[in-house]
Amino acid sequence: MLTFTCPYCGVHADETELAPGGEAHLKRFGPGSEDEAFEDYLFKRENPKGMHFERWRHAYGCGKWFLAARCTTTLEVFGTYPAQTTEPPQEIKDKISGKRPGWTWRLFS
Amino acid sequence: MPQPVGGFALKKRYSVFAIAREAARHHLGWERAWASPAPKAKYDAIIVGAGGHGLATAYYLGKNHGVRNVAIIEKGWLGGGNTGRNTTIIRSNYLQDPSAAIYEKSRSLYEGLSQDLNYNVMFSPRGVMMLAQTQHEIRGYQRTAYANKLQGVDTEFISPQRVKELCPIMDIDGPRYPVLGALWQPRGGTARHDAVAWGYARACSDMGMDIIQQCEVTAIHQSQGKVTGVSTTKGEISCDKLGVVVAGHSSVLAGMAGFRLPIESLALQALVSEPIKPCMDVVVMANTVHGYMSQSDKGEMVIGGGTDGFNNYTQRGSFHHIEETVRALVETFPMISRLKMLRQWGGIVDMTGDRSPIISKTPVGNIFVNCGWGTGGFKAIPGSGWAMAELMAKGEPGPLAAEFSMDRFRAGKFIDESVAAGVAH
Repeated sequence: MLTFTCPYCGVHADETELAPGGEAHLKRFGPGSEDEAFEDYLFKRENPKGMHFERWRHAYGCGKWFLAARCTTTLEVFGTYPAQTTEPPQEIKDKISGKRPGWTWRLFS
Repeated sequence: MPQPVGGFALKKRYSVFAIAREAARHHLGWERAWASPAPKAKYDAIIVGAGGHGLATAYYLGKNHGVRNVAIIEKGWLGGGNTGRNTTIIRSNYLQDPSAAIYEKSRSLYEGLSQDLNYNVMFSPRGVMMLAQTQHEIRGYQRTAYANKLQGVDTEFISPQRVKELCPIMDIDGPRYPVLGALWQPRGGTARHDAVAWGYARACSDMGMDIIQQCEVTAIHQSQGKVTGVSTTKGEISCDKLGVVVAGHSSVLAGMAGFRLPIESLALQALVSEPIKPCMDVVVMANTVHGYMSQSDKGEMVIGGGTDGFNNYTQRGSFHHIEETVRALVETFPMISRLKMLRQWGGIVDMTGDRSPIISKTPVGNIFVNCGWGTGGFKAIPGSGWAMAELMAKGEPGPLAAEFSMDRFRAGKFIDESVAAGVAH
């Protein structure tokens, strides 16, 4: 079973306590944007086979949204971090680089 | 093995006479059902993915459009992905017109598929009922029944008493979610999933097509905006047209071709019980509590539920989804409460934003995708292959595929079955 440490309350929670929230670090587009940008924001996803960054909510705990780095082929979790960030912390990126040299995800590497 | 004659292997037909003949000589004369050749340097068309949809695409390319210089290449083994991992339910009771058209085409092709392929796919039109367990579902399914009448799909909304008659093992007076009615499609049912893949494979091989297993595509090559071929673990193969029919790995292949799809890959699980005496001769889907069940010919209860909520390529799902599904079904079918489960498995399904498939041209010339069938691809195999073959042969979608273009997400022309049909497929 997937387990994550909530970066806010520090609880080590398994996935029954959490609600998945899809891909992280989406750039939001709204009214007035190009159709293509709006489509990308709403529907197009990285859907990588490998490293992924995604949103989770500690639904049956503190209730807050957080972000996580997880591999979709091994389900290994590389770390969690607060949602109020625009990119993963260097510490998590280094940890991923240690095990997955040469990884990239959108503009991050 | 017989050698191909004029591009066509002379396969012996399966028949009662063949069984008698082989019985008389200790079954020594059965041939391999399909050939396993090495890849040629060039094909008119390559289909990536030898699951049901890929093989059906190849079959109808040959049968309907005369395109027979075709290779079907497969990373693993034939029918080893979602084709071999589903709960084999066949129905076409969809709300939206484009969905009803393609799923009904598919269901009607299933009716004659064993004869068409000369391979028994064990299509069993035993009837499918989708339970209404809330007021909202009653209204939703009544609306679907009216829509189906207009679409020429044979369904009706039936009373709880009729549900009980059709499926006596069901407790229709459950305390939390009593059965308030059901959408009944008497011509729906099940088929043997492996046989569908094997039957198409045998027919494709008979037409001279090459089925190449354990051959993974590692790169897609293009020149001046058009596909020229693929690199595989068995070497370089050129092609004029490329069909990508790889379900959960669609995003990976699209990445190789340089475009993105509106797809996310999730794990969907199913499980079967120990075999028991026949007790249920219909398929029951309960979408509010999210579980569906039927009984296989071997006597196993075949059970499916919902997907996980997070991206996953592992073909394993989370245990708590099994627990939720079984808990829901035990309430509706109290007699299964002490049944032992034999095995559980997962497949990676390709989910789109509107829960409808994509049969489409792509930003790269002569690359076509058939994906996004999500949790409900098995029922669509013949119709999907039919529509995809037409798209690949003509370069433009026919009437079945026209609405399923990937551009619909940009245009906002969704075929919204996630709301219309309930989440279960």
